[in-house]
Amino acid sequence: MSSQAHAAVHVGTAPTGFIRKYIFSLDHKVIGIQYFLLALVAVSVGIVLSVFMRLHLAWPQMHLPFLAGGLMTPEQYLSLVTMHGTIMVFFVLTTAPQGGFGNYFLPIQIGAPDMAFPVLNMLSFWTTFVAFAFMIGAFFVPGGAPLSGWTNYPPLTALGEITGPGEGMGETFWIISIALFCVGSLMGALNFIATTIDLRAPGMSLMRLPLTVWAWFVTAILALLAFGVLLAAGILLLLDRSAGTSFFIPAGLIVSDTLQKHSGGSPLLWQHLFWFFGHPEVYIAILPGMGVASHVLSTFSRKPVYGYRAMVYAICAIGFLGFMVWGHHMFVSGMSPYSGLAFSFLTLAIGVPSAIKTFNWLGTLWGARIQFTVPMLFALGFVSLFVSGGLSGIFLAQPAIDQYLHDTYFVVAHFHLIMGVAAIFGIFAATYFWFPKMFGRMMNDGMGRLHFWITFIGVYCIFMPMHFIGIMGHPRRYADATGVNYLVPMHPIHVFISVAAFVTAAVQLVFLFNFFWSIKKGPRAPINPWHATTLEWTVSSPPPHDNFDGHYPTVYRGPYEFNVPGAADDFIPQNLTPAEVGQVR
Amino acid sequence: MEMKTPGKGSAATAAFLSLLICLLVVVTVYAFMSGKYSAPPTITRLGLEVDHQYKLTLIVTGIVFVLSQLGLAFAIFRFRDHGQRVHFTRGNNTLEILWTGATIVLFLSLGVMARHAWAASHFTGASPEAVQVEVTGNQFVWNFRYPGPDGRFGRLDATMVSASSGNPLGLDPADKAAKDDIVLPTLTVPVNHQVELLLRAQDVIHSFFVRELRLKQDAVPGMVIPMYFTATQTGQYEIVCTQLCGLGHYRMRSFMNVVSDDDYRKFIADQEQQLLPAPAPAPITPATAAPR
Amino acid sequence: MAPVITVADELELIRTGVTDHGHGRGGRGNGSGFERGHGGSEGGKRSGDAAVPQRAYITGIAVALAAILMFFMALVSAYMVRKGFPNSGWQYLEPPRILWLNTLVLLASSATIVVARRRLAEHDQSGFRYWWMLTTALGFIFLGGQLLAWRQLEHAGVYLSSNPSSSFFYVFTAAHGVHLFGGLVALIAVAVRDPRHLTRGTATEVAAIYWHFMDGLWVFLFLLLFLGR
Repeated sequence: MSSQAHAAVHVGTAPTGFIRKYIFSLDHKVIGIQYFLLALVAVSVGIVLSVFMRLHLAWPQMHLPFLAGGLMTPEQYLSLVTMHGTIMVFFVLTTAPQGGFGNYFLPIQIGAPDMAFPVLNMLSFWTTFVAFAFMIGAFFVPGGAPLSGWTNYPPLTALGEITGPGEGMGETFWIISIALFCVGSLMGALNFIATTIDLRAPGMSLMRLPLTVWAWFVTAILALLAFGVLLAAGILLLLDRSAGTSFFIPAGLIVSDTLQKHSGGSPLLWQHLFWFFGHPEVYIAILPGMGVASHVLSTFSRKPVYGYRAMVYAICAIGFLGFMVWGHHMFVSGMSPYSGLAFSFLTLAIGVPSAIKTFNWLGTLWGARIQFTVPMLFALGFVSLFVSGGLSGIFLAQPAIDQYLHDTYFVVAHFHLIMGVAAIFGIFAATYFWFPKMFGRMMNDGMGRLHFWITFIGVYCIFMPMHFIGIMGHPRRYADATGVNYLVPMHPIHVFISVAAFVTAAVQLVFLFNFFWSIKKGPRAPINPWHATTLEWTVSSPPPHDNFDGHYPTVYRGPYEFNVPGAADDFIPQNLTPAEVGQVR
Repeated sequence: MEMKTPGKGSAATAAFLSLLICLLVVVTVYAFMSGKYSAPPTITRLGLEVDHQYKLTLIVTGIVFVLSQLGLAFAIFRFRDHGQRVHFTRGNNTLEILWTGATIVLFLSLGVMARHAWAASHFTGASPEAVQVEVTGNQFVWNFRYPGPDGRFGRLDATMVSASSGNPLGLDPADKAAKDDIVLPTLTVPVNHQVELLLRAQDVIHSFFVRELRLKQDAVPGMVIPMYFTATQTGQYEIVCTQLCGLGHYRMRSFMNVVSDDDYRKFIADQEQQLLPAPAPAPITPATAAPR
Repeated sequence: MAPVITVADELELIRTGVTDHGHGRGGRGNGSGFERGHGGSEGGKRSGDAAVPQRAYITGIAVALAAILMFFMALVSAYMVRKGFPNSGWQYLEPPRILWLNTLVLLASSATIVVARRRLAEHDQSGFRYWWMLTTALGFIFLGGQLLAWRQLEHAGVYLSSNPSSSFFYVFTAAHGVHLFGGLVALIAVAVRDPRHLTRGTATEVAAIYWHFMDGLWVFLFLLLFLGR
């Protein structure tokens, strides 16, 4: 089966003209970079918000020049919390790993010229972009950004401005933004699934897919089934707010001494709908990072992924079980305690495939020949952080213990280590790994190492102490400690965390500088600087418009053939015919 | 074609990363074991069970944490590229099955063992002799209502709620049972006596949390959610709100006073006394009139 | 320890037709990711679209319907939970009579779209156009009928916020109507397409799958709303 079967490419010739090339491009590579840049802007905003949060928590009396009155008010603090969480979860963690790297590399890694539906791909990006515009817009409308947390529980969010500043138009903008984001994500998920199922090159069977592709594929399935539920919930919430319905609002509410004219709804209904989406969402955030970690660990261990098949099953198990555990966010919500027990067992169960992946990562490193490139450093950091973050989940999975730890900083520590650090390390590993392919240049190695060391140490300094103040009973989403006596002695820990946060945030500037500077000035990258095996490393850096310059590959082996006994080289690309593989004499 | 050493200085990097991870383990284990960062002593027997389960989980996860992180640190150093041959393997199915099985057994055992603490606080229900107090959260205060000598909670009417007029819960004056209800901003309960709290919320979702009880429960508008406990120690304990409820969430704080049986009886009697109509003022006579 | 696979073994495996340790070749079935699948691609001329396997569009619509289904299932589960609350003021909503007619119209449109595709397969262009247009017209009649149903309810004083049951009624009919309207746009797009377009067969298949799904979904919602007295 030669490459002539693929002669007529549906991607057509490369577009000319700035608009078609860079703005409304149909090329998955350009769209991938667009998603990545959107995520980069979003993460910068998100970090700035968190810096202000940490400033306030450490030094509540600090005078901040751009605030009216100088001192941050509790509602401003809560708006920061809300927008930080929302922007990071949606516009960074759901965008960069999947929309960014997935879009760029899934088609190439399976040997396809583009995604199955390029127009849909472009639409999905621009919908996400408009969603982001609405989210940022919430800051600037009368009343400002909402203060209800990224979880957005009614009735706080269902009654308008009377429940708090920002709950008027700001909250409306938030809901619209998220609804648009849902639509954009659904479109993207559709593309990923159809592409993976139908556009694989000859020889690229499912069990020869790189684990990155498996991760993107399962993530897309999760997104497909979860985002529709969030969209439905958002629409019902909008109706409660503006059309007088009472999906989530019970009767007899008194807000500011005013009786609300609603009746019969259930605040718990929102929680069920939201978390039915919300839990798969956090697996959407982490699975691509796991795929990248496996991929990078194997490449720089010069050894196949240990237990490839088990890894595939684990990804699928995590995806499947991810839909069954949402109630663990609701143990103390008023939901039936019997359901709570059921959710508890399912949640503990989902720890099992995660543990399997960790064992297999260690197995990949065992007997290896580890090369400490910058992407490898981040992949190794990912493993450490994933273990740390995942284990705190074991506490939270047991309702008897969760009764105490729910809504404390222990939970904040848990999800930050998993999402706000491990997943981010996955994004960093992917960036350093694939930058040469995307831009044809190498990133600066020294800056990359500095970035790694400070960030790795920094994030542990930020988030490990949060476990302790959580165990001591420090509730989350507290603007300051002036209201509760037992919080006062914990203040020095807040100061420590804040200082660590500032240092860690500052070093990200090194990454940003390195990224943009290297695009222009980095040393030229060879086709395969890492001696990696997957298909993207067989084409030019950056790849041609149709990815393979008309010569579509046929695949002869799995994705991690490193140091195969009998082979002359310590790696065998997937597309080499057996005859082309050099053998040891 | 071997890869040119991109990992130049590999030994230094490997050693440093390894040491860093070891340091992480040491610091973390120390911090958790030192007892410096712990919950305040519990005041219920159930709390002791929760603490026991927590310690068990800490030990289990602690061991896993130490082994994985140290394993990682070891592998990083031991298998750094120093020209050695790679030990090629695609994996080992037996090992996969073994460690999967072990993990399942470990995690599910934890779940099974945690059952009782949860069941005892949620499945059995309060006894009929429990002291009942209704807890109402609203932005941003807690109100506690006792049923009074008639033992019945009076009718509440949302249209009559007026914090400024001293009727924050909307007690209906037309209802006889409401006349003896005691409404206070702090919670007082007897020691060694089961207490049942009936949680309500007037506006948005709040959550009632007392660290020493090891209990937390959301107060949801439209629902009355019971929680129950038996405190075994007197003292004053802070009540905080643990569900984001608006800008005053951080200062929605009250106190729970656990007092002896005698003190509790006295307390209730005092409160009931205050509810009795005040004696009518003496009529003004020329003798008592204020001088011009 | 797993057996070591040498390159010689690899050659042997490929020669005997077993690749990747016992698994089939990539793509599906015939191994080429880019051959034309079923769906009536005509002629030998390759245009831009022909290189995407036609089955990708079928996969695409199936996947899209899964997402749409989840959206509606979220609403349905909310409905069932709300309806089940005791003493909560739920009032059963009597269906406007016209809904029965609307349902028949939509069912008829599913039949006409099947006929249209048969005509296409028989290369009867004018027959295809006639039945396709008829389907589209029936779709519009359905939507018009839904709007009439809304009118009737409003005249009876039943609005979106009157009662939870009416809230759900309006939400279900509006959500379904919006998705059906999208289907109508697709029907029209297919109709105005160049009849010689290579992938028209696939386009009609995809549109038909979507249409049947919308029909089935309506029947389900209708039964849900009104058999649950």
